[in-house]
Amino acid sequence: MITVLHEQRQTQWPDAAADGDALWLDDAAIEQATGWRWKPEGLCHGELCVPLPPVAAAAEVVRDGRLDLAAMWRRSGQPVVRDSASCHWVFGTGAAQRSAALATLQAPDFELPDLDGRGHRLSHYRGRKVLLATWASW
Amino acid sequence: MWQSLFEELKDHGFTVLAVAIDQPAAARPWIEAAAPVYPCLIDQDHHLADLYNLVNVPQAVWIDERGRIVRPPETAGSTDAFRAMDRKTFALPQAAAAERIRVKAMYLDAVRDWARRGAASPHVLDESRVTSRLPHAHDGTAEAHAHFRLGLHLLREGLDDEARAQMAAAIRLHPDSWAMWRQAAAKDARGLAAGPEFWARVDALGARPYYPPADIAATP
Repeated sequence: MITVLHEQRQTQWPDAAADGDALWLDDAAIEQATGWRWKPEGLCHGELCVPLPPVAAAAEVVRDGRLDLAAMWRRSGQPVVRDSASCHWVFGTGAAQRSAALATLQAPDFELPDLDGRGHRLSHYRGRKVLLATWASW
Repeated sequence: MWQSLFEELKDHGFTVLAVAIDQPAAARPWIEAAAPVYPCLIDQDHHLADLYNLVNVPQAVWIDERGRIVRPPETAGSTDAFRAMDRKTFALPQAAAAERIRVKAMYLDAVRDWARRGAASPHVLDESRVTSRLPHAHDGTAEAHAHFRLGLHLLREGLDDEARAQMAAAIRLHPDSWAMWRQAAAKDARGLAAGPEFWARVDALGARPYYPPADIAATP
């Protein structure tokens, strides 16, 4: 069983194949796990597409209807980390994407639970001034 | 902490969205004791720290009615006064205690002014000033957040050794994050990561602040 974490998503893939630094997933799994889509032109998110390697090298990242998502993720300049058994993977968001989002000055949206498990989404508070204030017990 | 401020300002189209960058079990007793009437959320994966480049608490962001950032992430009323504390008795010299109260009051006054006057408040920054004060992510911090997320996940899976290794990698990549360090560190009986290692890290800051001042002027 392979667990994939991306942003606030957590998905599990009994049929995924992990091999060291490679993680092979089909197109449906990629979209469900990350929201990115594997298209003929590359690995895409909205307007942005990270092109696949040239045909000669494509076999390195495409095999039997699956893509090595980890290799493509690294090609996009974003961090991939995994545990030593290659069972738990995090596909992080790159610094460029984070900085670009903040630079729009539109507050990045998120949904987080309260103690009762009820979700609260920042954008639901549109129309009010929001003091987004962090704290911790530590 | 925000209860009376929220009660005072909620009819001005204002709310507090408090987020514990913390584990649910650790945050729960604090929330239950405070019984807040404003939303109090739990961010066990430190997602908000990743999204907004937060490195410590309390940091706050001011977001206007259209969802625009009008003050970037900044220290929300805390000061470095604690560095003058007696490390055995936790007693604070009088001057440091007074400074702590003054800075906090000034921050809360600024929030009040913004809640009441909106964009007309002098504390609302124009876009170029917000932009120039935004904290910057870089490859190391992005990778650190990925390691930290994995570490927290592995901890919940009971894979403690691997979890610790991932969190240690995160801290090496993002040494400015007190949120990562304190979340991962051993806690004392009060639940605080405030042992000798904490003080050694604070002392190593030298002239650099633990809580960078928010650069908020007194409200006219």
